[in-house]
Amino acid sequence: MNQSNTRGSVGRDVTGGSVGRDVTAGSVGRDVITRRGLKRAGVILGLMFGAAFAGFPVVWMALSSVKSNTEIFEFPPRIITENFSFDAYATILTDPVKLRFFFNSYVVGLSVTVLTLILAVFAAYAFSRYDFPLKRLLNVVVISVQALPPITLLIPYFGLMVTLGLYNTYPGLIFTYMVFTLPYAIIMMTGYFNTLPRELDEAVKVDGAGPFSALWRILVPLSVPGLVSVGLYTFMIAWNEFLFALTLTRTQDMRTVPIGIQLLMGQHSYEWNEMLAMSVLGCIPILALFLFFQRYFIGGMTAGAVKI
Amino acid sequence: MSRLNAPPPVTVEAPAPTVPPRGRRRRLRRHLTPYLYLAPTLALMVLLMVVPIIMVVGYSVMDNVITNQNPQPVGLENYVEVVTDPVFHTAVRNTIYFTVVSVAAHLVLGLAFALMLNSGLVSGRIRAVFRMIYVLPWLFTVAIIAVLWRLLLNPNGVINYLLDVAGFIDSKVEWLANPDTALHAITFINIWAGYPFFMVSLLAGLQGIPKNLYEAARVDGAGAAHQFWHVTIPQLKPIIISMVLLDFIWTTQQFALIWMTTGGGPINVTEMLSTFTYKLAFSRYEFSLASASAVVVLALSMILAFFYVRHQKARD
Repeated sequence: MNQSNTRGSVGRDVTGGSVGRDVTAGSVGRDVITRRGLKRAGVILGLMFGAAFAGFPVVWMALSSVKSNTEIFEFPPRIITENFSFDAYATILTDPVKLRFFFNSYVVGLSVTVLTLILAVFAAYAFSRYDFPLKRLLNVVVISVQALPPITLLIPYFGLMVTLGLYNTYPGLIFTYMVFTLPYAIIMMTGYFNTLPRELDEAVKVDGAGPFSALWRILVPLSVPGLVSVGLYTFMIAWNEFLFALTLTRTQDMRTVPIGIQLLMGQHSYEWNEMLAMSVLGCIPILALFLFFQRYFIGGMTAGAVKI
Repeated sequence: MSRLNAPPPVTVEAPAPTVPPRGRRRRLRRHLTPYLYLAPTLALMVLLMVVPIIMVVGYSVMDNVITNQNPQPVGLENYVEVVTDPVFHTAVRNTIYFTVVSVAAHLVLGLAFALMLNSGLVSGRIRAVFRMIYVLPWLFTVAIIAVLWRLLLNPNGVINYLLDVAGFIDSKVEWLANPDTALHAITFINIWAGYPFFMVSLLAGLQGIPKNLYEAARVDGAGAAHQFWHVTIPQLKPIIISMVLLDFIWTTQQFALIWMTTGGGPINVTEMLSTFTYKLAFSRYEFSLASASAVVVLALSMILAFFYVRHQKARD
């Protein structure tokens, strides 16, 4: 499929693609072209239908966020409002309480990402470069931790965080999220290190340097794409998490964006445009990251299932 | 590890006497090094995974904890109470429906979209745009997904309007508040939210299928359907099994989406194991009953995890 689709037109497709051979066969040629055209029309129709399914709710949210509150549920609904305004956005962006939600989400998200990457690099180095008695067991533990139900950990966490003095603090949330981001990050980074030949770190060791500098000077710089993938995925998990943020924080100044949205839902359930504006603002960081790093994002997303 | 700290008995390793002390120390260090690299991870996992699991199992056999200063052991009483609770049965039924329908739809939609994107019938740039649109639901946090669909599925919302215009309904349906529709509605929302995970992985899988397999099939006179069932599906099978197992595990644990759309209501028709457990703990403050329920959920997840781990190891 790759060779023929860089340009859009059917004609070029036929001369470039494998169907081209059929065209030279003579009378069958025209038939193949129309059949291919029909198939193409069908696929495009299917793609449009899928795009409507996936994209319409998102577009509708954005359109509704610039409507006034009374217009949002107008019947029949208007696609573009006449009283187009960013008032709801202004309300959110000038409210220190809501800005604090965003600040908290960034603090927690970035801390989780950095700490997860550091711990995962060390752990992955051990898994990739050493053989040790507990390796197989730990490997199984790391894989199966992905299956731990958050709800099971939630109840003891509540007590544990209070005991440790981490209830309603950043470290409480950060350490909690790392339990869920680390296994995935370790699996990913181990896979990545395994693709780098051992001779590379041996070369550094010959120069008299220890394994730590082999890791730091050779493996880490070569693994930047993997680190970016894992980092993005980790940040997204932390940014989007809901259950623990809900239960392990108590005061307004410690809440994250998802909880902020839920609080808006409860407090004044009629302020729909504020809720929608907050939602749009809440997904912008992830959307922006995705746009800039699409390849890495997809890489991180698929690596887990495609090959571990 | 304690074995490594003790001086090794000379008889075990025959050449030991000839090894100079420095060599032995170096060997010891080599043995310890991987554990040093793993130490921070292990410390975190022991404190925040092993300890909590022991705690929750301990809680589940006490009469009440956290709110009670002096909990007494009651054996399996809490388990009996949870398992015989009719709401628990409803929660199990709903969780099974929600999970099975979601996973099946995720697979079908994800595969359909991936095949269309991979068909080679549209240009690269158009494909990139469509892929971007298709991935959108995956980028949203559950809180936003909940807001989004509460907006769309509102009795006065745009979905009712469109269905009304198309003639499917003649009154305003309260999708999330009507006991007849609420479970289907949240399942639908979850389908929307979850298929991109399948789509992206299957797309990567499709691109990894060697072209000559299709050529060989065509030479043998295989049509498109035959190629799909005899080349595409067998080649994707390991990915599909991984994804289905992971999705099964994660969907049975879904909490936030249900909590923020229906909260388990109306009259328990969307109660899941997760919301049931959460309410026991944080609405009724029955932490011991909640712990028993949480251990049941854990056991179910571990059964699924067993198959997942076995499958992943077989793939290596």
